[in-house]
Amino acid sequence: MASSIKIRAKLRDDVVEVKALISHPMETGLRKDKKTGKLIPAHFIQEVVAKANGKTVMTALWSGGVSKNPYIAFKFKGANKGDEVELSWKDNKGETGSTTAKIK
Amino acid sequence: MTDTTRRTLLKGSIALGTLSAAGLLSPRLLLADWPGAAFSAKEVEKALQDLVGTAQPTASDKIKIKAPDIAENGAVVPITVESDLEDIESISILASGNATPLVASFQLGEGAIGFVSTRIKMGKTADVVAVVKTADGVYSTSKNVKVTIGGCGG
Repeated sequence: MASSIKIRAKLRDDVVEVKALISHPMETGLRKDKKTGKLIPAHFIQEVVAKANGKTVMTALWSGGVSKNPYIAFKFKGANKGDEVELSWKDNKGETGSTTAKIK
Repeated sequence: MTDTTRRTLLKGSIALGTLSAAGLLSPRLLLADWPGAAFSAKEVEKALQDLVGTAQPTASDKIKIKAPDIAENGAVVPITVESDLEDIESISILASGNATPLVASFQLGEGAIGFVSTRIKMGKTADVVAVVKTADGVYSTSKNVKVTIGGCGG
């Protein structure tokens, strides 16, 4: 599932900005299938964890209210060029994905 | 001899107690720290009470919400929240007009600074509320976003 995330981490003036796009349907569970009229079961990412040098820099807790194929960006201090940022997610069905990126 | 048996028994019952408590408290498949009650709350106040412990955050001009004035497509509304408050623990985003207003909560860890950006769904024109929890209080600001086509229906 490494391909589920596109990530970029850039260092500027000692602040690292991480931008990521995750491929995920983000179904709220409130939407109806247009053909069958039945509710589409909820399927959304609940938790995204970002780590740098083994330390958790950000944990995002989400509902189905985050848009499909979610975008997330955040900033942190205390890492250098070449360090690795790891991003991983878990959804309400227990599916997971993760990737790492080197800070540029 | 009797004493060791008693110790073992005690340890056993404590372990059992912890296990069953954990089983009762964390719903199946859900993550232990995912605030289910706050996410399923139907009002902003209820969600905030569950999430940050207060329904009435202090208004602050040290929080900036960057969002469009008019969102043509409610399914994808870009929201950026920036804050220069000190010792930020979390930044949460709520869409007050949604069936369940709490959309996302970002827990900032070591070294993280007050900036998060994401894209959210909005069912209708409403205030987007950004709530920042710091070491000494809970602060918020809001911005009205007009939605032309709602993003929560089928």
